[in-house]
Parts: sequence; C-alpha cells; structure tokens
Amino acid sequence: MDSILIQLLNGLDKGAAYALIALGLTLVFGTLGIVNFAHGAIFMLGAFCAVTFRKLLTLSEKVQDPTVTLFAAYKEVPYLKIWFGDTGLMIIDYAVPLSILFSIPIMILVGYVMERGLIRHFYKRPHADQILVTFGLAIVIQELIKAAFGANPIPQPPPDIVSGSANVGLWLGLGEALVYPWWRLMYLVFSAVMIFGVFSFLKYTTYGMVVRAGMWDRETVGLLGINIERRFTIVFALAAVVAGVAGVMYTPILPPDYHMGMDFLVLSFVVVVVGGMGSLGGAVAAGFLLGIVQSFASMNEIKDIFPGIDQIIIYLVAVVILLTRPRGLMGRAGVMED
Amino acid sequence: MKQKLFNDTTLFLTFAAAILLMPIWLAPLGASYPDLLQKFAIYGIFAIGYNILFGLTGYLSFGHAAFLGVGSYAAVWSFKLFTMNAIPAVLFGVFFAGVLALIIGYLSLRRSGIYFSILTLAFAQMSYNLAYSVLTPITNGETGLQLTLQDPRMIDAMFIEVGEGLPITNLFGIKMSGYSGFYFCAVLLIICFYISLRIFRSPFGLMLRGIKSNQNRMNYTGLNTRPYMLAAFVISGMFAGLAGSLLAVTDPLAGAERMQWTASGEVVLMTILGGVGTLIGPILGAGLIKYFENIFSSFNNNILHDFFSFLPDTLENIVVQVTGLFVGGGWHLTLGLLFVIVVVYLPGGIVEGFQRLARLLSRKKQPDKTSSSLKNQSAE
Repeated sequence: MDSILIQLLNGLDKGAAYALIALGLTLVFGTLGIVNFAHGAIFMLGAFCAVTFRKLLTLSEKVQDPTVTLFAAYKEVPYLKIWFGDTGLMIIDYAVPLSILFSIPIMILVGYVMERGLIRHFYKRPHADQILVTFGLAIVIQELIKAAFGANPIPQPPPDIVSGSANVGLWLGLGEALVYPWWRLMYLVFSAVMIFGVFSFLKYTTYGMVVRAGMWDRETVGLLGINIERRFTIVFALAAVVAGVAGVMYTPILPPDYHMGMDFLVLSFVVVVVGGMGSLGGAVAAGFLLGIVQSFASMNEIKDIFPGIDQIIIYLVAVVILLTRPRGLMGRAGVMED
Repeated sequence: MKQKLFNDTTLFLTFAAAILLMPIWLAPLGASYPDLLQKFAIYGIFAIGYNILFGLTGYLSFGHAAFLGVGSYAAVWSFKLFTMNAIPAVLFGVFFAGVLALIIGYLSLRRSGIYFSILTLAFAQMSYNLAYSVLTPITNGETGLQLTLQDPRMIDAMFIEVGEGLPITNLFGIKMSGYSGFYFCAVLLIICFYISLRIFRSPFGLMLRGIKSNQNRMNYTGLNTRPYMLAAFVISGMFAGLAGSLLAVTDPLAGAERMQWTASGEVVLMTILGGVGTLIGPILGAGLIKYFENIFSSFNNNILHDFFSFLPDTLENIVVQVTGLFVGGGWHLTLGLLFVIVVVYLPGGIVEGFQRLARLLSRKKQPDKTSSSLKNQSAE
C-alpha cells in the first residue's frame, strides 16, 4: 500500500513536470500553429535563471578570517551577509523560490524576442520547417548555456526549511514509514496552481476569451478588429514563462545541466501528441497519465513480470493510444494531419 | 525549362568519379584520411536512404537511427557467429533493418503529419531503451557489442586457421580498414546512388511525389497509397541498415547510442542542409556535417592562436575567445546556427544555394552558357 502511494506521488510529480512543459507546447501550437522544438530549451533556460540568480546572490568578497592567526587566511563572505547579516543569509537560503520572480521578466523577454525575431517568419511555412528551425535554435541555446555554465550539472539546494521529508503517512493515518520529500510536494502544489492559473486566465478573463476565439478561428477574430497577432505573441511569452518557472522549480529535484531541455522535450512531445495537438486539457491529462504509468511501471513487482517495461512504457502507451485514437485523447479533427 | 546538358548517365558517371577520386580532391581540405572518407560514404548512404522517404513523400521520420543501430548489431553478430567477411554482414544488416522497418512502417504509416513523426520517434526510443536494458544478452548493453576471441565464427573456423589476436574484417582477404574499407563503402554508395536515381525517375518515384503534394487527391483517384508508402519506408530503412552495417564493417563494434533520437535528428539535419528531395543534396549535407564534426571539433585554442597570430596581442586574444566558442567542443553551436540560417534563408539547402549562385552567374555572363548550365545540372 505504502509503495503504491509513493509511486502515485512520484507519478504525479513527474506528470506535473511533463504537464507544465506540454501545456506551453500545446498552447503555442493551438494559438500560433507552431511546432516548437525549442520549448525544452526554454525550460532549461528557466532552470539556469535559478542558477544565475543564486550566483548573483552569493557574489562574495574575500575577507580575512580572524579565527586563524598563524597565517593570513581568507574566506569568501557574500556581500548580502556583509550588508544585511542574517537576513542576507536567509535570502540566499530562499534563492530558488525567489528566482521565480527573477525568471519571470527574463522568460517574458526570451519568449518575446524568440517569437518576434524568428518564429514569426515561420507561420506560413510547413510544419517540417518549423520543427527544423526550432530544433536548430534549441541546439544554439543549449550550446550557449554549455559555453557559459559548463557541461556539469549544478546542484541547487531547496530552502532549509523544506529540505527534509514530509511524513505523509502520519497525515493519512498509514504509519510512520511513508515519507516524501517536502520539495517534491511543493512542486506538485505549485504545478497545480500554475495549471489552474493558465486555465482560469484563458477561461475567465476577456483576454483569454479572445485568445480562445483566435484558436478556433483566427481570421474571424481578426476581422472583428482585434490584433490577434499581438495577443498570440503574448501567449507565446506566457508559454515561455510557464516552462521557465517550471524549470526554476525543478532545479532542486534535478540539478540543471545544458541538455535537460532536450531530455524533457522528447517526452513532452509524446505527451502533447497523446493528449491531442492543440488541446490544453488533453496535454495536462496525458502528462499526469504518462507520469503515473511510468512510475508504476518502475515498481519491482511489475518489472519482475515484464522485464524492462519501465524503459518503454511511455512510448508503448503513446503508440497504443495513437493507433487506437488517431487524434490522441482529446484532439480535434483536422489538426496537424496534412 | 533548364537545358539538359547532362543526362542521367553522365550525372551518374560524374558522381561515381567524384566519389572514387575523393581521396585526391579532398586532400587540400585536410579531409582525405580514410576514417573520415569512410564516414562520408557511410553517412552519404544513410542520408540518401532518408531522402527517399522524406524527400519524396514528405513524411518526417524521427526514428531512422533504430535501423542504423539494428544494421550495426546484425553485422557484428554476423562477424561473431559466422565469418569476418563483410558481404554476409552487410546482407544481414540490410535484412534485419528491412524487417524492422516493415514492422515499424506498417504501424506508423497508419497516421500522417506529426503523429507519424512521434510514432517513429516512439518506436526508435523503445528500441534504444530496450537495447540498453532488457536486450543486454544481444546488445551487450552500455559496453556495446564487441568481437571476442571466444566467438565461434563457424564459417571462418572451417576454412581459415585461427590466428593470434582478434581477426580483422575483410572482403575475401582484403582488409576492411583504411583506404580499402573506404573503397568498399564508396562502391556501395555509388550503387545506392544509382538505385536512388532510378527510384527518382521511375513511376514509383512519381507516385511518391504525388503523395507528397496531395495525398487526398491520390486517394480520390482510387489508389491505395499505403503500399507505396510502406515500400518507400522499407527501402529507406534498408539503406539505413546498410549504413549501420558498414559502420560495423569499418569498425567492428556496435553501441546503443547509435539508436538514440539525436542520431535520427542528425540525418534529418544532413538531408535538410544538403537539400531535401534532390539527388545530390543529402550526400553533400552528410559530407559537410561529418567534415565540420571532424575538422572543427579538432581545433583548439592553440591552433587558433597560431592562426590569428598576425593580429596584435589583445585583439588576438579577443578573436580567439570569440572563435573558440564556435570550434572545438562548441562546434555544435556552429552547426545549430548554420542550420537556423539554412532553414530561414535557403529552405532548399546547399543545392538551392548552388542553383541561385548559378542563376546569378548566368545572368552576369550571358555568353558563357555552358559552364552555368553545367553547374545547374550537377547541383540538381
């Protein structure tokens, strides 16, 4: 029972990451009609926003260490500590959550520049061209990050207060044995909030209503005198923010390195396609579905019956769904089939 | 209409001569060492095969690396079990890749557009992950499949005395490494080019192009396009298998990383860079990417310092810093940039670039018509 619950939590966690990336992908596809292979790179950029922010916070000054008297020893003291004392240390401790604030403007800028600078020219080109140009762009971003930060993963500890494990078992009355890392729980809650936020933005604001109308029929919305292109640019930036912030929050779980985007991209594409191209609900549902299926397949009991199933289960599910439901779980007819 | 100065025979002969003479005319570029030449020929075959599917039918497959990998494994197994001769290895590689392509193609071709791409990607990733985990008895997992002294090599054991050390792959006694290995690959590349030429000019090829431009209309005429698509998919899978087995022939080991999706991405890049749907383009693209990979990645800061040593010191350091980003370990950055630029400005790849250049030249030099049309033709 315990292991099932743990796997369920693991699956939800993984699924949340897939769902957040897939949400942005499918949002961009539904509005702009662009298949964006650089979306994984945006996720990675978000994670590196967190790295940069921590680096900025911990900019240090060399100070002579008074405790060592035999020779002149120096230690690095962050400016924040010199200026603010313990408050400064606390700020550094909370670097990851704070870098969300830092990353949002950066991701908006990245999204805006990407859309206006490159992707705008590809609206009328075939999907194959879009895939290729964004794939090239992803390589460029990835290599720039590698040149700037090196190839090794850079661990980002979560704040001290949530670095331990939560006693999930006690809450549910299942005994002490069932524990789960705090930060992963936070990530789950955070993802739920993000997904809820995006959906309510699209559903309950006038702005979102116009965007949804544009997804259905871009031309008519344009004829009504609305500058739909402009709104779609903002949607692209929004998708970038969702992916980037997801990247920031994921850093304590997986130390960021330059190819984490590509690793997630392939799976997120499978998620989007399984959910149905251009369907937001489908992307979220498929994300959680595949995440849970994957973590259950990695249980030992199941691996004993089907060896190696954990390696291929996602793709297997994807193949079965695509062959039985041509447009994925919730896809619309006629999308992306030309 | 372009003036047809070259017919297909001349085109083919020119191509064959160019390939066979590669060791000579690539020498000034520093690319005439056998390892690299072999790669040119092998990835040329891979790209030609990919182009038969993507160039003619427009179906973007992201799973061709699986066939490359299966070809390699089959070839190494042939070395281990039967003989070190290259011919059976190649035949096995092609056969098994063809069978896998038949299965994957049969399932994936039920969908089109991005759904097809994701299905092929899913199958290839499954093969990759399985090769790493459960299939370890066959693939030897992370270490990769290698020759050992204990291999039975049943056919060889009957005819040849067992020598000291690991045997070398051969073709009836000719060693398959160095230049002889290159010529073996080159001959196969020329044969593949001929096959692809025939396919491009055949009614079958025309049918595939029809599918690319409008599959619905093809269906409305009462034609079932599926068998044609499947044939194209299997042929292109077999080309990939051939390329994979040749990789094993020139260097008898096979690893799962050959099946990873980035390898599939690479062949897409080659085809696009050279020119999709053209005869020569994919080979040019494959050659260019492999050339960059080998030459650019071998540059380091010392070589750059030598190269820019004529500049004043401070300027030299800055220039070396900046160019250092693009070469050595960072050559992927060059590749990515090149790729974005090609897709944005030259959707037809290098071949379109040549054609534009030729058109420009022919406009400037009206009387000198022969040379420009020659360029046009060879670029086709």
